Amino acid sequence: MQQDTKPTGEAAAVGPLAAVSPMAGAVKPAARPTVARPGETIAGIPLATWSRMAVLAGFVLAVLLPFTVKNFLVFQLTLALIYAIAILGLNLLTGFNGQFSLGHSAFYGIGAYTAAIMMDQGDIAYYWTLPAAGVTSFAVGFLFGLPALRLEGVYLALATFALAVAMPQLLKSTPLEGWTGGVQGIVLIKPDAPFGLRLSPDQWLYFLTMAVAIVMYACAVSLVHSRTGRAMIAIRDNPIAASAMGINVSLYKSLTFGVSALYTGVAGALGAIAVGFVAPDSFTFNFAIALFVGLVVGGVGSIPGTLLAGLFVLFVPNIAEQVSKGLAQAVYGVILIGVIYVMPAGAAGFVRLVVGKIARAVR
Amino acid sequence: MDLLLHQVLAGLATGGIYACLALAIVMIYQAIDHLNFAQGEMAMFSTFIAWQLIQWGVPFWMAFFGTIAFSFVAGVVIERGLFRPIHDAPVLSHVVIFIALFAILNSLAGFIWDYNVKSFPTPFGSHSLFGNGLMSAHDAGMIGVTLLMLVLLYLFFRHTRIGLAMRAAAANPESARLAGIRVGWMIALGWGMAAAIGAVAGMMIAPVVFLEPNMMSSILLYGFAGAVVGGLGSPGGAVLGGFAVGVIENLAGTFIPYVGRELKLTIALFIIVAVLTVKPSGIFGRTVVSRV
Repeated sequence: MQQDTKPTGEAAAVGPLAAVSPMAGAVKPAARPTVARPGETIAGIPLATWSRMAVLAGFVLAVLLPFTVKNFLVFQLTLALIYAIAILGLNLLTGFNGQFSLGHSAFYGIGAYTAAIMMDQGDIAYYWTLPAAGVTSFAVGFLFGLPALRLEGVYLALATFALAVAMPQLLKSTPLEGWTGGVQGIVLIKPDAPFGLRLSPDQWLYFLTMAVAIVMYACAVSLVHSRTGRAMIAIRDNPIAASAMGINVSLYKSLTFGVSALYTGVAGALGAIAVGFVAPDSFTFNFAIALFVGLVVGGVGSIPGTLLAGLFVLFVPNIAEQVSKGLAQAVYGVILIGVIYVMPAGAAGFVRLVVGKIARAVR
Repeated sequence: MDLLLHQVLAGLATGGIYACLALAIVMIYQAIDHLNFAQGEMAMFSTFIAWQLIQWGVPFWMAFFGTIAFSFVAGVVIERGLFRPIHDAPVLSHVVIFIALFAILNSLAGFIWDYNVKSFPTPFGSHSLFGNGLMSAHDAGMIGVTLLMLVLLYLFFRHTRIGLAMRAAAANPESARLAGIRVGWMIALGWGMAAAIGAVAGMMIAPVVFLEPNMMSSILLYGFAGAVVGGLGSPGGAVLGGFAVGVIENLAGTFIPYVGRELKLTIALFIIVAVLTVKPSGIFGRTVVSRV
């Protein structure tokens, strides 16, 4: 990429490829003239510093929270964080590489079952199951990514959708029943806090999940800012131009599929440990849809947005149920429509818009 | 050989259901360039309205056409009310609205008409056609209606000005607008037609699978599969794809030993993905060549 030929203005933010990209509007949040740009300031402090302060404040809050709320809420927050990691995986695929997936419930299920079977049949300590789940999911994701190379858009959506539909059936099927426990699933024991820490199991799992999440988010951030990440984004924006620049499109697409599956698989393993139970019907197409909705609500192509997405996926259906038992789904649908109307480009796009407005207002 | 013939016939009967819905899916895809996840639920809701009319004593055919008219209007209203305000939003946001619509319609139908299974009358009678119970008069009637719709749609899109305008609006909105076509209304019209076709599909399917809010969940999957295998740009391909999925599903369940019965959906989907990897835009779809 030649830096000195970069066009100025909006397109500069996403690189020269955006100008010729027919797909640009499809995956990325729509370009808006008022969003915050790097280098702007609020009250004399650069935006980068503000966002660092926000991350720090969020971290302190996240550490203190489990000591002030009920155990069940701690458990729910753990799950929200796990969903956030799963959605981060989906976001790497869709937001940064332009490939759609309606099948991430399958990778989540593979991760969860890898962990469950290792703990149940092999008596292996729960922390060893996380890397194993990651490796298994990566392998399956990478292999699935190979035939998926030929498919785009809705056709890819159908192929991944087939994966999502097949997974619960495979888990229930007779040949695998010895390992998976069939329809009954596998019951696991929640681990206690190690080293004599005075934490309840829920609190311990919360901090474990948080530690894993911090590592995985840090990896994701450095991945998308690396040479590899730029290659992924170039493929999203224009595969033909990317391959003309010498990027091995097939390899990067399959690798992204693998990495995406790895993230979601590790989340699945964490989910299995935190919930203490796996069953085939937890990993149906509906769960894939929930992850997808979270992705869009959080913001496609935004890494911090996935945290919000996790909270949305966990809490909004519950809120809908509290509003009306009989019409819970309808309430959920109405909330969803409202969210998209207010924030067409997801929460991340909304925050960028608001921050940009504030930056301009106080200048 | 006899078993094979029986299974193919039974597959065609269920394939007729999928073909019906696949046709509706392709129609809306042509009109709005998206796959509508709520298509099945829209059809289900329309069918409930027809059922309610029949319960109130309206004759079958009057209820049938009344429902089609209502669905058409409802489709246009949904487009104008829900999708028009966010037509600039990214595609994935639209997909989320489809999902929301799905949830709302499903929940609303359950709330109004409850979740008990209801039977729906058939205008063709349910006696067996070949004396072996594999294909009933209703199945044959349903296949006939699907083929009739296909012919009508073909004539509409090939030989009427408005059909041509709709195709232009979907294929290239900017150029169509410059040629004097009101693109926004063409899309609304596409929604109306898709809803109406969905209503027909729903009323044809309901006597077979019975009426309840979740009746479409598995059928929609097969309908999508059929539409995509046939090629999303081709209504005829979608119908053939729907039949193919029905037959494959049945044959896989019968002839693949050990896992066939349990995994017949999985096997059908696997075959579909295999077909797509060889022919990425469906069997009858045209490969899209885009300018760089």
